[in-house]
Amino acid sequence: MTGTSLITARERALAVLGGEPDDATLRRYLHGIAGVDAVGLEQRAAGLGTRSIKTTSKQWALDRIIQLIDLTTLEGADTPGKVRSLVAKALVPDPADGTTPRVAAVCVYGDMVPYAVDALGAAHGDPDDGLVSVAAVATAFPSGRASLEIKLADTAEAVAAGADEIDMVIDRGAFLAGRYGLVFDQIAAVKEACRRADGTSASLKVILETGELVTYDNVRRASWLSILAGGDFIKTSTGKVPSAATLPVTLLMLEVVRDWHLATGQRIGVKPAGGIRTSKDAIKYLVTVAETVGEEWLVPHLFRFGASSLLNDVLLQRQKLATSHYSGPDYVTID
Amino acid sequence: MSFLEYAPAPESTAVLNLRDQYGLFIDGEFVDGRGTPFQTISPATEARIATVSNANEADVADAVAAARRAYERTWSRMSGRDRGKYLFRIARLVQERARELAVAESLDNGKPIKESRDVDVPLVAAWFFYYAGWADKLDHAGLGANPRALGVAAQVIPWNFPLLMLAWKIAPALAAGNTVVLKPAETTPLTALIFAEILQQADLPAGVVNIITGAGDTGAALVSHEGVDKVAFTGSTGVGRAIAKQIAGTDKKATLELGGKAANIVFDDAPIDQAIEGIVNGIFFNQGHVCCAGSRLLVQENIHDEVVDRLKSRLSTLRLGDPLDKNTDIGAINSREQLERIRELSDVGVAEGAERWSAPCEIPENGFWYAPTIFTGVQTSSRIAREEIFGPVLSVLTFRTPAEAIAKANNTPYGLSAGIWSDKGSRILAVADQLRAGVIWANTFNRFDPASPFGGYKESGYGREGGRHGLAAYLAPASIGGQGALPRAASHGAVASPSETSTDAAAEPKARRTRATRTTKASTKGSKR
Repeated sequence: MTGTSLITARERALAVLGGEPDDATLRRYLHGIAGVDAVGLEQRAAGLGTRSIKTTSKQWALDRIIQLIDLTTLEGADTPGKVRSLVAKALVPDPADGTTPRVAAVCVYGDMVPYAVDALGAAHGDPDDGLVSVAAVATAFPSGRASLEIKLADTAEAVAAGADEIDMVIDRGAFLAGRYGLVFDQIAAVKEACRRADGTSASLKVILETGELVTYDNVRRASWLSILAGGDFIKTSTGKVPSAATLPVTLLMLEVVRDWHLATGQRIGVKPAGGIRTSKDAIKYLVTVAETVGEEWLVPHLFRFGASSLLNDVLLQRQKLATSHYSGPDYVTID
Repeated sequence: MSFLEYAPAPESTAVLNLRDQYGLFIDGEFVDGRGTPFQTISPATEARIATVSNANEADVADAVAAARRAYERTWSRMSGRDRGKYLFRIARLVQERARELAVAESLDNGKPIKESRDVDVPLVAAWFFYYAGWADKLDHAGLGANPRALGVAAQVIPWNFPLLMLAWKIAPALAAGNTVVLKPAETTPLTALIFAEILQQADLPAGVVNIITGAGDTGAALVSHEGVDKVAFTGSTGVGRAIAKQIAGTDKKATLELGGKAANIVFDDAPIDQAIEGIVNGIFFNQGHVCCAGSRLLVQENIHDEVVDRLKSRLSTLRLGDPLDKNTDIGAINSREQLERIRELSDVGVAEGAERWSAPCEIPENGFWYAPTIFTGVQTSSRIAREEIFGPVLSVLTFRTPAEAIAKANNTPYGLSAGIWSDKGSRILAVADQLRAGVIWANTFNRFDPASPFGGYKESGYGREGGRHGLAAYLAPASIGGQGALPRAASHGAVASPSETSTDAAAEPKARRTRATRTTKASTKGSKR
């Protein structure tokens, strides 16, 4: 998988900004973007949430949700055994039903990447080919409180170990202090660290940690900033702070992605992560994507769910559609 | 497959328990009307739903007489607290039967089920709950101590929000102690008739609410009936004007809620994505069949193209079709007659040189439909910028400065509502202050709450509905009030107690005592389940 090359991204940013990406220029640009009305945004998200997805549409939606999941384990207690178990689940989500698709990727800490790559073996690759990617969180995840050298080393190590995707965190402290230039430079540097020796590059997901940015205006500015700096994906949350992905926040980020596509023709991905646990909720996200940016975004290269418990709920719903009755938690496997 | 072609998700009509024929609801019972019955159809399919009685003048007289009897014998003597109990009970029954009411409303009116389910019916319950709370607090309505009911209220309501308009009319009237004769619109009588069943279920004393169906002549007979003390009308300015003439020279009080041509003003610092949603909600909610619809978009010239482009892409995602499908955004136009009017005015717009754009949607074969439409290049002198279209048609005009926006917004014979979109709070307040409109929404549109008064300036009518102000339309101060109500009661040959035939000032303390002594009995009845 290749991301956008850094040079193109920087040139594009300069063209859009009309100057060097320093604090002053970025501030002028980001604060010139139209504001967000919180009540209206939440009302629109709630409206999208009332769509009723039934029968054949539901069937399609459930399979697609599985194909868009980054099956995640991000615990201090992660071990090679846990990662192998996760990978097995990613490859065969439902042993009772061979038609179940695979998830898009497994998402682990950087030091677990070699075990994930090893466990995947020949199944490691591009989700477009029915294979499973490895995503690694990096840059002193989840707080991001470390020097740039450490963040870059963290990234480069994961890429060298075989990570296809890097989920980095932005420096929320710098963002809230108005040091947009610093945030931009760090994202751009991490993007550079995603390059492999053969010239290809790991895909970069930029985690905004919306629960710490708090206001929708901040989320919108951080989204623009991350895209300008070269992120391939913008991601809501680490899952490590209380307020994670919400439908309004995801809708807002999708609107930014839509506007960026209109302005530049480039397609950026969106990944809501944390707190999406039920099929019903996940379907609301699919609806929101399809009605905001278009259904061509419902592919692993442009939309992901960062989740762990979501997968089993989707499998239960899938079994229900096939058999017309509900089973129970013991009819799906734990990883 | 395309995910966006959502599989059909129709709301089941099994919840309905419709009769084939409906009579008039007079004095607590359904009786046959003496006029020629008519059919009510589903505007989405043109299929017949039921046959409905037609009230002639004699039926109108019966209904008014029943309301008068109920006013004198029961309702005006009941304590506010007990009237409140009935209203609370009605509100709860509306909630219990919410799904049934929503399905019936969408079937008969053509509006999408998501609107009848999420907007109309919840607001109906909210209106009854709100005014139920007022029933025993009328001393605080702003009219001094012991305000008095007016008597019999004649209420004529439109077809755009059939049940909600019924609630707007009946809830404050009953809370204030009046009795009611209500006529729903000819094309949408169904939910009013189901509501009559709810009144029976609630054990509301006979005659307190009478519901008579029929066309314009029935409505005219009702408002001009001499036994009526109060007229409340929602509908077109033309009919409102006719009613005002009809009742001129009588002592009937009137509230008229008429047409509108609201300006929705979008400044260049508006939260743009939410403004687009607000424009869509403002004019395409309920197919634009909304008197307060934001049918004139006034957009600052420097963002005109961007707003129109975003609006067009947003409109392309709207789903037009079966009103009972839970994913439908745009339902059917209520009647062939209304569809013709929308078409006629749209053609006028094109002839006047405006540019028409309609969302690309598939129009079903049967029924009455009109695709969401935008006119750009509209001038203030265009007919589509001045006349109420009452359909899913938006006229886009531009302005350069706040002063120009205000001048253009106010340059209309109407004055019901307006919208302002800006991130700058001080501008919102300054502009709102100068708009001559009864309701002004800031960074939102078409939001309703029973606590908020609603009504118009100029040709949009007079009087206010909702909130404390809405009560004032059904009450008179103790010192001057009731002069029409009680002597008139005697003249109608009803049995009247001595206290009721004496003058108001003398009667008041006595009437109070009478009410007080009856409280115990009424409470027992009120709490019966």
